[in-house]
Amino acid sequence: MAVLHSAPKYASNEGVADAVKAALDGAVASTHEEHGEILLTVVREKLADAMLSLRDDHEYQQLMEIAGVDYPGRAERFEVCYCLLSVTKNHRLIVKVSTDEATPVPSVTSIWPNAGWLEREVFDLYGVLFAGNDDLRRILTDYGFEGHPFRKDFPLTGHVELRYSEQEKRVVYEPVELAQDFRSFDFMSPWEGADYVLPGDEKAVEQAAPPPVDKPQTTDKPSDTGAGAKTDAKAAEKVSAGAPAEEEGGKEPEEPEATEDRPARKPRKGKVQDTPASTEVKKEEGE
Amino acid sequence: MTMQLEQSPTTGDEVITNYTINFGPQHPAAHGVLRMVMELDGEIIERVDPHVGLLHRGTEKLIEYKTYLQALPYFDRLDYCSPLAQEYSYVLAIEKMLNVEVPERAQYLRVLFAELTRICNHMLNLGSHVMDVGAMTPNLWMFELREDCLNFFERASGARMHSAWFRPGGVHQDVPLKLLTDIGDWVDGRLPELFGDAMSLVTGNRIFKQRNVDIAHVSKEDALAWGFSGPMIRAAGIPWDLRKSQPYDVYDRMDFEIPVGTNSDCYDRFMVRVQEVYQSAKIIKQCIAEMPEGPIASLDRKVSPPKRGEMKSSMEALIHHFKLYTEGFHVPAGEVYVATESPKGEFGVYLVSDGSNKPYRCKIRPTAFSHLQAMDMMCKGHMLPDATAILGAIDVVFGECDR
Repeated sequence: MAVLHSAPKYASNEGVADAVKAALDGAVASTHEEHGEILLTVVREKLADAMLSLRDDHEYQQLMEIAGVDYPGRAERFEVCYCLLSVTKNHRLIVKVSTDEATPVPSVTSIWPNAGWLEREVFDLYGVLFAGNDDLRRILTDYGFEGHPFRKDFPLTGHVELRYSEQEKRVVYEPVELAQDFRSFDFMSPWEGADYVLPGDEKAVEQAAPPPVDKPQTTDKPSDTGAGAKTDAKAAEKVSAGAPAEEEGGKEPEEPEATEDRPARKPRKGKVQDTPASTEVKKEEGE
Repeated sequence: MTMQLEQSPTTGDEVITNYTINFGPQHPAAHGVLRMVMELDGEIIERVDPHVGLLHRGTEKLIEYKTYLQALPYFDRLDYCSPLAQEYSYVLAIEKMLNVEVPERAQYLRVLFAELTRICNHMLNLGSHVMDVGAMTPNLWMFELREDCLNFFERASGARMHSAWFRPGGVHQDVPLKLLTDIGDWVDGRLPELFGDAMSLVTGNRIFKQRNVDIAHVSKEDALAWGFSGPMIRAAGIPWDLRKSQPYDVYDRMDFEIPVGTNSDCYDRFMVRVQEVYQSAKIIKQCIAEMPEGPIASLDRKVSPPKRGEMKSSMEALIHHFKLYTEGFHVPAGEVYVATESPKGEFGVYLVSDGSNKPYRCKIRPTAFSHLQAMDMMCKGHMLPDATAILGAIDVVFGECDR
């Protein structure tokens, strides 16, 4: 695919993934290239060795970032992504390992000293453990915070809120109480792969065809109720008097009584034809 | 603060054991809410443990609940001293995944305003740095220049600070010609005049040098190992600038130089920033001179919305507008890490998309995180008042550090 975007351009990716994979000797589980990025998935146990080799043999001198990602659907739900930068080769690389809540990832603090805080952050926000990081304290969340807020199953609103209590003269923590329910709008186009059934769409499911009948029932007149002669006769009765136009064929309506405010008017000349003609019910013969 | 007195075994004098103080979280020189637990031996710093996260707002989590466009204004609020520079990484990350072409005028406009942001940021940082070590006047003068920058932002986007002006595919609105000529006049006249005056008070000043020269020396190896970037790594003598080495938009057409330090101390970091201001001014001038006419946002209507006027007559434009501002655009699944040279260093966005209209994960790489982590290494052995100079030279803003 031709590159149209104007995002940062660095040295070519060509052959880098294969060279690294060959050199790291079994530590690389898979390589993937998309959107111009090389993604190396590394076997967790061999992470530290692979990183050391990447720094010393492959000139990725700088560790710019460690990002945790949570995929709750996977057996090993967390991915830890290390973004490496080579200032000599002018190249970037993303190295990934996956883990779960209990299995620690080898720490790279001995390779890059700035990994310390970055690992602390992943631990704080996702609860990923790092073996070998001896300062694995929380870093971004509050002192005494419970839980790992960036996990996908942690609610956006959190669990506690704090305020200054005038009575107790200190900051108190309380369960979070929302004045309005948290609203999450779903703007996904419903006909492009929404995973729910739209209201009314359940009717569109094809019904089983009705069984065949000898003599199909038809309804020609309103009095063909299909419930026997007695009901038909009842249905044929007129329920109410028809509208004046229907009954009297377009006779002028009576003029209202003259009042003080509205004196009597001369009757209109000629007969009004159009209104009853257009509203007249066509009377069928033999009804 | 505890102080224990005991007898020295050799001299018979009273010795004072190390004691621990809290620097911040409310401290004018902490540049925000930074708490540093310092272990001092007399006035010598033995150990620093910075506690960050007091301004943590969960931006990255919030972004996961917003569409790509709705998440954009969060980036202004990270490093509120250089808002457009943060947006830059984010829009480039989206554009990289969408592989969308940005018109030339938009690229020039983005480079121009990114450099204006750099000047704006350095005005604040240089000013507060000199104020941290005792000078008042330059700060006030440079705030005037910063005010000018903010006025330019306002004229371009309608907002002084939180512009939300860069959009995936270009910029939000075109700028009037008068704004460009005014920026050009400002860069030629007022900026070098006032900035030169302010710097003439500082750069050769004896007190300023006493407070900064040879403070917090960091070797090249350490700078690389600790993940330094931006002026911090350039002051260490490594000519590493993402605008040059990994150019984005039209930076590859710009003619500018990368100032580097020789001594890698606080004074060099300061001077690198001073020179960067002049280089930014140079880039701005080139942008104004070379900027072509044309569209200011991608013409791909699946990414950038149509003009207001077009919507009044074209049904299709109306539909595109409606869809873009409700559902937003879908980004192909995958992950990218895109970093740009923000005024403070490498500001990166690691974006994971699952193919929907919301980011699955958006990890922000703040510049200050790595630098602040090295506080312990840089402060060790220095005096307590040096900590403010070191912190000032890092150029830390906590909206970005804590996210």
